[in-house]
Amino acid sequence: MAMITADPKDVPQVASFTFTPEYMAKVQELIAHYPPGRQASAVIGVLDLAQRQQGWLPRVAMNEVARILDMAPIRVYEIATFYTMFQLKPKGKYLLQVCTTTPCWLRGSEAVMKACQHAADGEIFSVQEVECLGGCVNAPVVQINDDFYEDLDEASMNKVLDAFRRGETPKPGPQVDRQTSAPEGGLTTLKGE
Amino acid sequence: MPKVKIDGVEIEVPAGITVLQACELAGVEIPRFCYHERLSIAGNCRMCLVEVKPGPPKPQASCALPVADKQEIFTKTPVVQKARNGVMEFLLINHPLDCPICDQGGECDLQDQAMAYGFDRSRYHENKRAVPDKELGPLVKTSMNRCIHCTRCIRFATEVAGVEELGATGRGESMEVTTYVEHALSTELAGNLVDLCPVGALTSKPYAFEARSWELTKTESIDVLDGLGSNIRIDTRGAQVMRVLPRLNDDVNEEWISDKTRHAIDGLRHQRLDRPYVRKAGKLIEATWDEAFGAITTKLKGMDGAKIAAIAGDQCDAESMVALKDLMTALGSPNIDCRQDGAKLDGPRGSYIFNAGVHGIDSADAILLIGSNPRTESPVLNARIRKRYLHGRCAIASIGPVADLTYPVERLGAGPATLRELTDGKLGFFEKLKAAKNPLIIVGMGAVAREDGAAVLAMARELAEKLNAVREDWNGFAVLHTTAARVGGLDLGLVPGEGGRDVAGILAGCEKGEIGAVYLLAADEIDTKRLGKAFVIYQGHHGDAGAHRADVILPGAAYTEKPGTYVNTEGRVQLGRRAGYPPGDAREDWAILRALSERLGKTLSYDTLAQVRSRLVSVNKVFAAIDQQVPGAWGPFGKAGTTTDAAFVSAVANFYMTCPISRASRTMADCMASRAHLMAAE
Repeated sequence: MAMITADPKDVPQVASFTFTPEYMAKVQELIAHYPPGRQASAVIGVLDLAQRQQGWLPRVAMNEVARILDMAPIRVYEIATFYTMFQLKPKGKYLLQVCTTTPCWLRGSEAVMKACQHAADGEIFSVQEVECLGGCVNAPVVQINDDFYEDLDEASMNKVLDAFRRGETPKPGPQVDRQTSAPEGGLTTLKGE
Repeated sequence: MPKVKIDGVEIEVPAGITVLQACELAGVEIPRFCYHERLSIAGNCRMCLVEVKPGPPKPQASCALPVADKQEIFTKTPVVQKARNGVMEFLLINHPLDCPICDQGGECDLQDQAMAYGFDRSRYHENKRAVPDKELGPLVKTSMNRCIHCTRCIRFATEVAGVEELGATGRGESMEVTTYVEHALSTELAGNLVDLCPVGALTSKPYAFEARSWELTKTESIDVLDGLGSNIRIDTRGAQVMRVLPRLNDDVNEEWISDKTRHAIDGLRHQRLDRPYVRKAGKLIEATWDEAFGAITTKLKGMDGAKIAAIAGDQCDAESMVALKDLMTALGSPNIDCRQDGAKLDGPRGSYIFNAGVHGIDSADAILLIGSNPRTESPVLNARIRKRYLHGRCAIASIGPVADLTYPVERLGAGPATLRELTDGKLGFFEKLKAAKNPLIIVGMGAVAREDGAAVLAMARELAEKLNAVREDWNGFAVLHTTAARVGGLDLGLVPGEGGRDVAGILAGCEKGEIGAVYLLAADEIDTKRLGKAFVIYQGHHGDAGAHRADVILPGAAYTEKPGTYVNTEGRVQLGRRAGYPPGDAREDWAILRALSERLGKTLSYDTLAQVRSRLVSVNKVFAAIDQQVPGAWGPFGKAGTTTDAAFVSAVANFYMTCPISRASRTMADCMASRAHLMAAE
């Protein structure tokens, strides 16, 4: 994925950004974690809150974060461009982060990726290729917003996507008959008393 | 003090320094890109690797490693050499091979160090990365493909210049040094970024593709564009000044210079006076020296000395000023002044110099600015105050203009009334000043160049004495001059003699017809409309305000074209050297006055530069102490009196244009436009 290192021009212009009272309360709570005068330490969390409120991080939101934390705007831009989980361009309602690192790839992430790319329209779904999500025992894995959907193949991926499209929230976790990373089809050992 | 062994040689070094600094003390050269003496340590270029025992069995970055007792440091082992070769190879992976078309070529750290550590061919066969160039304003040209991410520019902007506008966005291969939102840097010290950049990523825009470093003649000289007297190196090719670079002087400018000092030099090529002119029938007609002197002689012969006046300009060398003073004395005129702005400074030396010295700022622990905006008046000195602020435990307050000085300043008030309250101890800041060991009171021209200037000065003195700021070991009374000639002029006594007129008096006299002739020695900052019907002789190097009004123009030399003595704001006498010759028929200024004096029948007693300089010393012995800051005598000065309510205004409203040279400079005009654009965007 190409990284953004200059103020993107091809994004919708957002005129202004302010935290809603609910988010502002969370911001204040985060700032309170740090000693007075060290409020800048809260920057990553506050940026995340801004992204949750707006869906992505327009420049005005970064400026607002800089203002709240009394930092130079460039310091906030540096952080927002460093971490790939900050979205500097608008995304669809559901961000599909498809893991394509070796274990997932061996277990068929290419087909999952194809299904996601097919669904990605920029409004409901956006797709992103990511490095290892750390769910290798349940490969292939896709992170959809905050939840992991695991043990996918093309068919189950489409099922999950269809559910999202209908406005439902499918159950996160393994999409096969399996409890977390336990064996498929139920326990195979230690079945006795 | 720790004892360390560097390459087998034992040396004792001060505690708390780094291994790299210890190696320098031992005379061992360590290659580096990101490390810089005056910036914080980054440790990201990895070029300074050395082996250290005891320590992990791998090379370590010496710039970020503190020395410890009994340490053994190896800088020349095969391991070190191989490690540095590796670092260099990595740096060159993405660095373009464009040295032949790069302005840094010939003075490039990467080029030099690649000679010692570079591999003779590339093992990298992928495409090099391509990075878009950035727009950083009219002075800094970028070529970001060449950037090796040492972050010196980011650290300079953040720490020294005090403008947090540069940063590194992205990461890994996508890392870029940028402002992210494209805009020019809002600092008066941007030119220093070019000096700091160890490669050709940031180069000088006005100097782009102008010359190669090895074809330039280098002359060490002194800057005259502000009152600081920065030490500079003038690089010339033939008669043309190609660029100005800073010289190291820890007592004055460290190693920075302002953008005006560095880039106003293109003004030396435009609007120059290269031959004498005489006004005939209302028009200035080209003339010979003989005709010009003839016209002056006809006019001045037999004129009463009291009807003749002289004003010395802001960039005059001491040699020409002493010649002017001697000529006026010979003509019997007491009407002479070097204070075009009307500053009420004429007391003992301690009353008009920056007594604490620029280096004194480092040891001040409470600073009060009176009527001064050091950021526009002397950006390098302002950076020094910022350095003091960053060091911590230094309260800074200001009475006068509101401005962003790049460090927090407590604003006490606007004018003399606030100063009165402070002096009477009615403001809280008085206690802070009182508690300080070394209080520093910086008096700007904005406080003294006004009607009630003498009263303000008297108040500032009262405050300094109340605070016990003037002692044997510390003199915290500091006048910040904005012009290079002022202290020299005051040292030489270019103030009205017995019954003489000052600048205001001369102009009033001209209007009333009481003054018949005025000699302007490169004086352009007066209201020339008020010269009335007086016969005006203008001697200077630029066709600016003074020359437009003149009846006779005598072409002089600019500061790069004559050897000259200048006294900076702290009273330090410094020698400027000639880097080239003045254009056309123009001559050195003291020599013009000497030649004219002969025609007037009042021949001055010196024929050579050496004789003029010994005359300087006989007038004031401070001129014998070159490069030293001679302490000023303290005594009563200023005049208690009523003050007005008018707020103090900085003497320099527009940093980029303050003198004939900078007004003629296109680069300075570009800077002004860029700054105006920036202000409008905010």
